[in-house]
Amino acid sequence: MNVLDNWRDKPLDEIFYMCRELVEDPDFPTVKRWRAAGGKVLGHFQVYFPEELAHAAGMLPVKVRGAPLDVRQADSHFGSYLCSILKSSLELALTKRLELDMFVSTPICDASRNLAAIWGRNMPYPSQIIYLPQNANSRHSVQYLSEEYARVLRDIEAVTGREVSADDLRRSIAVFNENRALLRELYQIKRETPWLLSVDEAYVLVALGGMIPREEHNELLDYVIPLIRERGARKQDKIRVVFEGGFCEQPPLDLLRVIARSCYVVDDDLLIGLRWILDDVPTAGDPLWNLADAYLNQSSYSPVQHDLRKPKEKMLLQRIHDAHAEAAIISAAKMCEPGLDEQVAYSKALDHENIPYFVSEFEEKMTSFDSLQIQLETFVENLLFE
Amino acid sequence: MSEHNGHEIVGRGAKEGGRLFREWFEQLSHAPERGEQVAYVFVMGSITEILRAFDFQVSFPEINALQTAVRRTAHEYLNVAEDYGYSPDICGYVKADFGMQLRNGEHPMGRIPKPNLAVYTNACNTYLKWAEIWERMYNIPSFAIDVPGARSADYYAREGRGDFDRDRKYVEAQLRELIALCEEMTGKKFDVDKLRETMAYTNAMGTGYQRLLDLNKSQPAVFNAVNEGTIYLGVANGLRGSRAGAQYFRELVQEMEYKAAHHIGTVVDEKYRLLFVGVPCYPIFRRFYELFAEWGGVFLGSTYLWFAAGGLELGHQYDLNKPIESLAEGVLLMVRNAMDAMFFQDRILVDMLQPYHVDGIVYHPIKSCRTVSSGLADNRRAVMQQSDVMSLYIESDHMDKRVVSEAQMKNRIDAFFEGLATRKLRAAA
Repeated sequence: MNVLDNWRDKPLDEIFYMCRELVEDPDFPTVKRWRAAGGKVLGHFQVYFPEELAHAAGMLPVKVRGAPLDVRQADSHFGSYLCSILKSSLELALTKRLELDMFVSTPICDASRNLAAIWGRNMPYPSQIIYLPQNANSRHSVQYLSEEYARVLRDIEAVTGREVSADDLRRSIAVFNENRALLRELYQIKRETPWLLSVDEAYVLVALGGMIPREEHNELLDYVIPLIRERGARKQDKIRVVFEGGFCEQPPLDLLRVIARSCYVVDDDLLIGLRWILDDVPTAGDPLWNLADAYLNQSSYSPVQHDLRKPKEKMLLQRIHDAHAEAAIISAAKMCEPGLDEQVAYSKALDHENIPYFVSEFEEKMTSFDSLQIQLETFVENLLFE
Repeated sequence: MSEHNGHEIVGRGAKEGGRLFREWFEQLSHAPERGEQVAYVFVMGSITEILRAFDFQVSFPEINALQTAVRRTAHEYLNVAEDYGYSPDICGYVKADFGMQLRNGEHPMGRIPKPNLAVYTNACNTYLKWAEIWERMYNIPSFAIDVPGARSADYYAREGRGDFDRDRKYVEAQLRELIALCEEMTGKKFDVDKLRETMAYTNAMGTGYQRLLDLNKSQPAVFNAVNEGTIYLGVANGLRGSRAGAQYFRELVQEMEYKAAHHIGTVVDEKYRLLFVGVPCYPIFRRFYELFAEWGGVFLGSTYLWFAAGGLELGHQYDLNKPIESLAEGVLLMVRNAMDAMFFQDRILVDMLQPYHVDGIVYHPIKSCRTVSSGLADNRRAVMQQSDVMSLYIESDHMDKRVVSEAQMKNRIDAFFEGLATRKLRAAA
């Protein structure tokens, strides 16, 4: 089923507007529509979840990525020194703005691994942790992960009452392969012609995928990508930057707009979980094995995955190099331990390579950007007039 | 046991524990001079059984860090790390260790040698980030052991069940990879009998540790879980898998059994029996204990003694006939238990209330450690829904004295005890 209002044949600006409204709406209207039609919903907390498993069982996989809202009920369930996304995500559940049939969290950080337990104590539906491997370098990690996926799939089947076959999974993998290809195309536009697609516009297009059926997302992207390519925008005198630090808690859209005023963000790690797998996942053979193998061996990087083959600072330098960026914005969500840890490694590596960078922190609920804008503009001017 | 012998052994555990700990530290400090290799490990899944079998000296950066706080020098190391670029909002242990590494291992108890190898589990995500720092600094071999934890509060995965066996095989496969790495690093062929020996010592330590914690059901409690318990914990970690560690816990149990039989408590005139949840307040370690002791509050249990012992309290016994398989099973059970003690501890606490005659629970979340602290407020709510036990929730830190406000803490603690006193009076009326 489709959950978006009539968007076909509308101009690009109206589609961006629709995406923005939906992505910023803490009431998740697309999810409500899905549920109203009798559909079941699996919410998965950042960063990566094999959404194909839920999709194959007929569920709507929804990326739980917090929301810009006042946290009133969830505050009393947490301590003081925590990032916003944990609190706002639980707030969505406690206030029933986001109603789920199953919740899955991953132990991406020390705070999030507590989230499934908290969620489970407070919500009536199943809540669990999926243990994605942190020893990506073991010869046995693919085997383990494919079995972990099988376990989660059994739990999904119990929730939906529907048995999932290997062919169901293969069909879902094909849908997501198409989605991944479209997202790659979107990012190609950002890298090659960033004046055609700003960071906030690309962001809402990607984020929408985490809250609507992926087939509908594919249709939408299929429609908008040619429109973006045909846009009449002209190249401006902005510097090309990579934005790093959006792998979990999401910066407010206004912050991205502030960046877009003075920079072309030619690559980033915003919502990296939706773009985690870099190529098509094979549809032939064992689908769970293929998904597990792709997660480990065909994937991007983030501060919350430990893999000796992917030292994060080297991966960032590669991203900067591949995107022909001149500088980097090294950001981290407030109180985000992995992000803050990585900021140090990133900045030292950038110093070593003599690549200019701008360090900042953000919070999803921040509303004032004046100071950040001035600092960023100063940084950019220094580079432009160097 | 004669009364004479009893007098000799009371207090022995604390004294002997301090001595053993200092000796262990001294031995560690001089490891490089003896040509020995040093492995950096963590308390939740130290895998010392394998490392000792290859004659590695083990260093626990968490213990090294907390020692700087107890000895009131932590701020010096934190400042070094923050000057380098680390945020005030990340783990203080990491920063203290990093500062120490930049200061060439300088530590108030000696010198911490540089690592030759780092071994760590996923029981705490900060372990992984921490190890990445050493990888960058020293370019050393580094080995992560994935230990899949409980997937939910109701997750029942034990021996003989499908999910458990799959997880156990994964851990076993990784342990075999670690053994291969150790062989390569040391040039020594793996000696399974040496592994059996270290595992047998851990078996003895586990038996003793489990019995020790159980003995605090006695009234009065035979030891204070927050201060004396931390000494025992230090030995449990530092000397895990050693003859000295096994002997220590045998004798400690002897002491505590004697105290229980003769109704000898701690130095405090016990009025209130408390459970502690979280990590001790090391920057004011003694004062923190006094704030409770002054009211007659004794900590008879502490979740810290579960998770920071890497699950040793399970008393799990390795099967020495199939050492590697059994070690994998033990690592899975114990590390998982340590994680449960942090994420799902509400039911365990409720189950302790009656047999341990608990009057109150003190929750001490800390800024530095989100693994332990993020879920404590919600856990407390769950405990309060299941029981009418009184509880106190005080936030501070285990490393950073800037976050510790003793005056505010005292106000809250005093009010807590006033509440406990009123409740006792009402109950007696």
